Amino acid sequence: MSASPTVLATGDSPVATRADKPRRPASFRPGESRPGPARKVLGLVLRIVLALVFGLPLVFMIVSSFKPDLQIFADLGSWAAFLPVGDVSLDNYTAVFDRVPFATFLLNSVFISASTVVFGLIINSMAAFALSRIEFRGQKVILGIVLATLIVPFETMALPLLWWVNTIPYLDGSQGWLDTYAVQIVPFVANAFSIYLFYQYFDSIPKELDEAARVDGAGWFRIYRSIVMPLSGPAVATVAILTFLPAWNQYLWPLMVVQTESLRPVMVGIDYFKQLKVAWGQIMAYATIITVPVLALFVAFQRAFINSIASSGVKG
Amino acid sequence: MSADAAAVPHAIPPTAAHSLKKTDRTARRTAVLMLLPAAVLVITFLLIPIGLTFVLAFTNARLISPEPARFIGVDNFVRLFGNDTFWKSLANTVIFAVVIVPIQSAVALGLAVLINTRMRGTNFFRTVYFLPVVTSMVVVSMLWMFMYQPDGLFNVLLAKFGIQGPDWLGDPHWALISIILLSIWQACGFHMVIWLSGLQTIPGELYEAASLDGAGRWQQFVHVTWPGLRQTAIFILITITIAAFSLFTQVNIMTEGGPLDSTSTVVFMAVRTGFQQQQTGYASAISLVFFVIVLAVSLVQRYLTRDKDARR
Repeated sequence: MSASPTVLATGDSPVATRADKPRRPASFRPGESRPGPARKVLGLVLRIVLALVFGLPLVFMIVSSFKPDLQIFADLGSWAAFLPVGDVSLDNYTAVFDRVPFATFLLNSVFISASTVVFGLIINSMAAFALSRIEFRGQKVILGIVLATLIVPFETMALPLLWWVNTIPYLDGSQGWLDTYAVQIVPFVANAFSIYLFYQYFDSIPKELDEAARVDGAGWFRIYRSIVMPLSGPAVATVAILTFLPAWNQYLWPLMVVQTESLRPVMVGIDYFKQLKVAWGQIMAYATIITVPVLALFVAFQRAFINSIASSGVKG
Repeated sequence: MSADAAAVPHAIPPTAAHSLKKTDRTARRTAVLMLLPAAVLVITFLLIPIGLTFVLAFTNARLISPEPARFIGVDNFVRLFGNDTFWKSLANTVIFAVVIVPIQSAVALGLAVLINTRMRGTNFFRTVYFLPVVTSMVVVSMLWMFMYQPDGLFNVLLAKFGIQGPDWLGDPHWALISIILLSIWQACGFHMVIWLSGLQTIPGELYEAASLDGAGRWQQFVHVTWPGLRQTAIFILITITIAAFSLFTQVNIMTEGGPLDSTSTVVFMAVRTGFQQQQTGYASAISLVFFVIVLAVSLVQRYLTRDKDARR
């Protein structure tokens, strides 16, 4: 999923979404309707049908991951396709572990996305702090550049970037960044959209706090670390989620920059199953293990996920 | 800073002028230090590559080459515009965008309106509609590729209704449609959430007033909901359009541009030439064309937003 939104309309308060707003005591919520009984039944039926449309393919994926291919295709014509019945086992999973170095891929993905999130939170929030709280000349220009880069989708510059990272010297002085962890992390740490989200949020925190702290002799860095950041939990959560999802789902970039098997992330690993004989049960098993952790995170932190997506949109 | 000084005059010691200058300088130094890491990274991995697109497009640069790149004028563009696969890819990309933008935004709006009714289980349904969004496009592509098999889930289900299903991904007439379907399925939960947050900003009083005036559900939608969603609508149209132009993952996994280039896209072609064939210069020319399209789309968006501000 390409979660990074490309265009932004003007918005004032950053992360205020429906969950943060006080519930209206009246029976009317904005935009909400009070359906009659017939409409209620119709609405419920429609909701259930749509839930099947969006949910069943995922159920099918998970269920199929426990069946041998023969059983999967035999079950297609009935509800059994969506139920863990018949010849059910973990064979596909053991086959996956035999076929690819799954633990390596998984650790790589965890390492790459965690590093991108952690460094991204620190570096982007510091930049946003400097832009929103400290006054200096050129501030507006820098912010303008940051906002202008938001409309450029990664895909437009992926190929020139590939050439570029293969040309510039690596950290140890040798030529080119290809085939490293760094090339999968460093280009994605600084993020214009994260800076923008932090900037908006910091702007909503009263500046009087800074002044009071400075009277007490606190330096700007201290204000950033001890006052502004602790107050910015929602912005941190939003940026963390909006950084994690694309980092975990990276496909195009690692496909191009990594040749060594031991450095590959999980998404590229799926290409192993397209070669040779196609074993659908194994593919579904692989797809299931790389998806379920994210789905579990989503269900656990649902509100934060949905708010972070909503805050990438427009605030009226 | 002078603003600070005005706000807390008592904080300025007798030697005010001197220390004010000093804090001014420290503030600037701190700001530079805090901006530095992000600035270095943004310049190195964002601004320079964007600039490089414009330079490399006019060279014969190769990804790995012993010889330095040479300036070759507009040769890449001449070659590109004479290439049938490019026009096919551009057409596919435009068709994909033109079909997916209205359908996906409408379906997402429908979901949002449906979910915005107070009913039991709303949270559950919203979660289910959103599940595909947190599922990676790589996984979604593999899953749908499986369901699209000639003897796969879809065709077995269609056969139950006496319909002979097509060879979804193998038939040039159906391959792009197949990719459109799964793309809508994956992404509309994302835009549902954005529509929802737009719906929440419409004041409830407007609906109360409308129903007092005897407006029905549809009239309320046309006269209250839709005008209130204008800003959201522009945002959604633009994000879907740009995402649609970036179509790559589904194509690379499911069809590799085939059959007969019927699913090749601009980005897919750029990756094939720039990565597999290592022709960075040529791929940059493709990227540049792509960049111009995206820029045009966002300028249109600018224009639409300005229109709204003027009317206010």
